[in-house]
Amino acid sequence: MTWQDKRPMSPHLQIYHLPLTAKLSILHRATGVVLFFALLLMVIALMVLASGQQNWQFMQSFLSSWYGLIGLIGISFSLYYHLCNGIRHLLWDTGMFMEKHSLTMSGLLVVFSSAFLTIMTWSVHFYIV
Amino acid sequence: MAEFTLPKNSKISQGKMIRCSEECTNSRMFHIYRYDPEKDDNPSLDSFELNMDNCGPMILDAVLKIKAELDSSLSLRRSCREGICGSCAMNINGQNTLACTRAINDYSADIYIYPLPHQPVIKDLVSDLSHFYAQHAAIEPWMKTDSTVSSDQERLQSVTERGKLDGLYECVMCACCSTSCPSYWWNSDRYLGPAALLTAYRWISDSRDEATGERLDELEDPFKLYRCHTIMNCTDVCPKDLNPAKAIAEIKKLMVKRKI
Repeated sequence: MTWQDKRPMSPHLQIYHLPLTAKLSILHRATGVVLFFALLLMVIALMVLASGQQNWQFMQSFLSSWYGLIGLIGISFSLYYHLCNGIRHLLWDTGMFMEKHSLTMSGLLVVFSSAFLTIMTWSVHFYIV
Repeated sequence: MAEFTLPKNSKISQGKMIRCSEECTNSRMFHIYRYDPEKDDNPSLDSFELNMDNCGPMILDAVLKIKAELDSSLSLRRSCREGICGSCAMNINGQNTLACTRAINDYSADIYIYPLPHQPVIKDLVSDLSHFYAQHAAIEPWMKTDSTVSSDQERLQSVTERGKLDGLYECVMCACCSTSCPSYWWNSDRYLGPAALLTAYRWISDSRDEATGERLDELEDPFKLYRCHTIMNCTDVCPKDLNPAKAIAEIKKLMVKRKI
């Protein structure tokens, strides 16, 4: 929708002070996009795995490097956040927890639980490896 | 498609600055969006310093003081000065609210005032809300009935039935909620927005209204209703403490319920 009005459009994103709920809504979208690319990465990893041991060794060294690890940790956080916030959305769809005072609280709960799950997952990973 | 930046004719430049004329120790700076349709210039942000010792407590008092004493060309809508009419809705320090019910002391530093976001600006803080009103009209906000009652009878409601309208009928149509919604900013050509949908739900839940099915048919559309992504800005800003997001969720529930 291009602006065809001769009059100016009043500023929006530029000046709006987004509340936590809106920021978490943006994060939900962003983690959704990350998960899309994560799925691509997984398909590529499977293809490499199927193409032989030598190629897989290269892939493995890439994934276990520090930047590979940051990527994987980011992907696991995205997965947990998208999952937890998805449950929040499902509850909202039933009309629950929609009162103004519970909106920020459920948002914080989602952030903390996804951070907790990410930390737990990687603690287990580093304990085993 | 969402446009994140302002069009060329809407970019805001730095405007004039008017300082306190008298000696004032208790002053506050107000930065206000200005646009004059009679000039070709882009909008600008003017700054006014006010002496707080002889200014009323509300944002609206300050804006009217600026209009009365510093710049009479400043344009805004206002009427009741007590949160009943919904005229003085504007964006104050990044949040939509009514200037008359928001205290200056709710903020500690400079105050930035803009018109309601993402609307065509007529002049200064006055934005064109005709599209918003047209959407309100589109949901046909009046009682529709098929049954007839004789002229000496009323359509009665139980206390519980009447109670269902609490939190829905109080809307003053100030447009704070709709113009706070990013989904409305980018889809208002097809998405009805929280204010219109709250009123739609007000009539859907009225026990005397007999057009519930029709009303739901009218809203069963990927854009009109379902562009609500529960961002919750509407509920966050409503100056009457209503909950448009919940009303929208209730409409979505009714949509599912009638299919099973």
